[in-house]
Amino acid sequence: MKLLVSLLLTLCVSLAWAGETASPKLDIGKGGQCVEDTQWMRKNHMHLLKHGRDDALRRGIRDEKHSLKTCIECHASTKDNSVIARDDSFCVGCHKYEAVKLDCFECHSGTRKSAWLQQRGIK
Amino acid sequence: MSDMDMNRRNFLKTSVGAAAVALAPGMMLYSVAQAKSEGASSKVRWGMLIDTNQCKPGCNDCVTACNRENGLSGETKATDSQWIRKIEIKDISTGREISLPMMCQHCEHPPCVDVCPTNASMKRADGIVLVDKHRCIGCRYCMMACPYKARSFVHENVHDQNPDVPRGKGTVESCTLCVHRIDQGQQPACVEACSNKVILFGDLNDPNSAIAQKVQNVATTQLRADLKLNTGVRYQGL
Repeated sequence: MKLLVSLLLTLCVSLAWAGETASPKLDIGKGGQCVEDTQWMRKNHMHLLKHGRDDALRRGIRDEKHSLKTCIECHASTKDNSVIARDDSFCVGCHKYEAVKLDCFECHSGTRKSAWLQQRGIK
Repeated sequence: MSDMDMNRRNFLKTSVGAAAVALAPGMMLYSVAQAKSEGASSKVRWGMLIDTNQCKPGCNDCVTACNRENGLSGETKATDSQWIRKIEIKDISTGREISLPMMCQHCEHPPCVDVCPTNASMKRADGIVLVDKHRCIGCRYCMMACPYKARSFVHENVHDQNPDVPRGKGTVESCTLCVHRIDQGQQPACVEACSNKVILFGDLNDPNSAIAQKVQNVATTQLRADLKLNTGVRYQGL
C-alpha cells in the first residue's frame, strides 16, 4: 500500500512539474497556416527534409512545398530575417530545448532569399 | 462539333468548377500552386560551347558573376574556392594567344564520380556533375582524379551563403552549371554575364537548340579528348 501511494505521489509530482516547465517561446516569423498540420510537422519535419534533399539534389525533383527554403521563407524572424540568428529563432529555439544538434545550417543559409539579395545590393 | 457536344463540354466544365469552389475553404480537389518539378531528365544533356575567338584576354566577367552568384570570396589563394578560372595560353611557335574560361567540364564519364568512396560525387540524369555535400566526407579523391583541376575544397567555415547554393567547410565543390538557375529555366550566371557572348549554353540532345546546331556545323574541341570523357563543355577556336 505504501509503495502504491508513494508511486502515485511521485507520478503526480512529476506530472505537475512537467506542466510547469516552460516550453520554448519561439519567434515564428510570419507564421500562419503551415504546409502540414503543426503537430505533425513538429514530429516529422526532419523526414520531409531528409527525403527531400536527396530528391532535390540527386534527381532534380524540387518539391517547393516542403523545401527548406520555403520553411525559411515563412518562419524566418520578421526582425532579422533568420531562423538561426538568436536563441528564440524558429529552428534554434526548439533544437536548443530538445538538445538536438542542428547540422543543416553548417552549409545552408538560414536567411530569407529576399533579405540575402538585399544585403548584397542585388535587385 | 455538334451543339450537343459543346453543351456537354460546358456542363462538365462548370460542374468541375463548382466542385472546386464548393469544398471547404483551404481545401481543393487538387492543389494548383504546389509546384513539384518533374526532375532531371536523361533526354536532356546540358552543355556549353565556348568560342575562344571572342573571349577577351583580361576580361573576368564570367568569374565575377560566378563568385557573386555562388557566394565565393573571389580570392585565388591555394585555400580559396575557384569554380571558374580564366586561362591565357600562347602558342610559342606562332605567337598566337588565346584566353578561355576553365571550369568543370561536366563529363559523360566523370573520373570524379568513379573514385568517390561515398557516392557523393555524382552525375545527374541531365548530365550535370555535382557533389552531394550531404554525403561528402572531404577525402578529396575527386580533386585528384579530375584532369581539369576543376574542384575546390572548402577549408574554412562559410557564412552568408546564397540560399540557393549551400556551401560548407569540409566538403568538395565545383561548378554546378548553376543547377539552381537551370531548374528555374534560367541560364548559368557566367553565360548571362559574358558581354562578348562567348559562352553558348543549351541542350546538346535537342537537335533544334542553338548549341546542337552550332556543334554540328562548326569545328569544336573537347579538352583532353584522349581521355574519352565526352565532356559537356566544348571549345571553339583552340
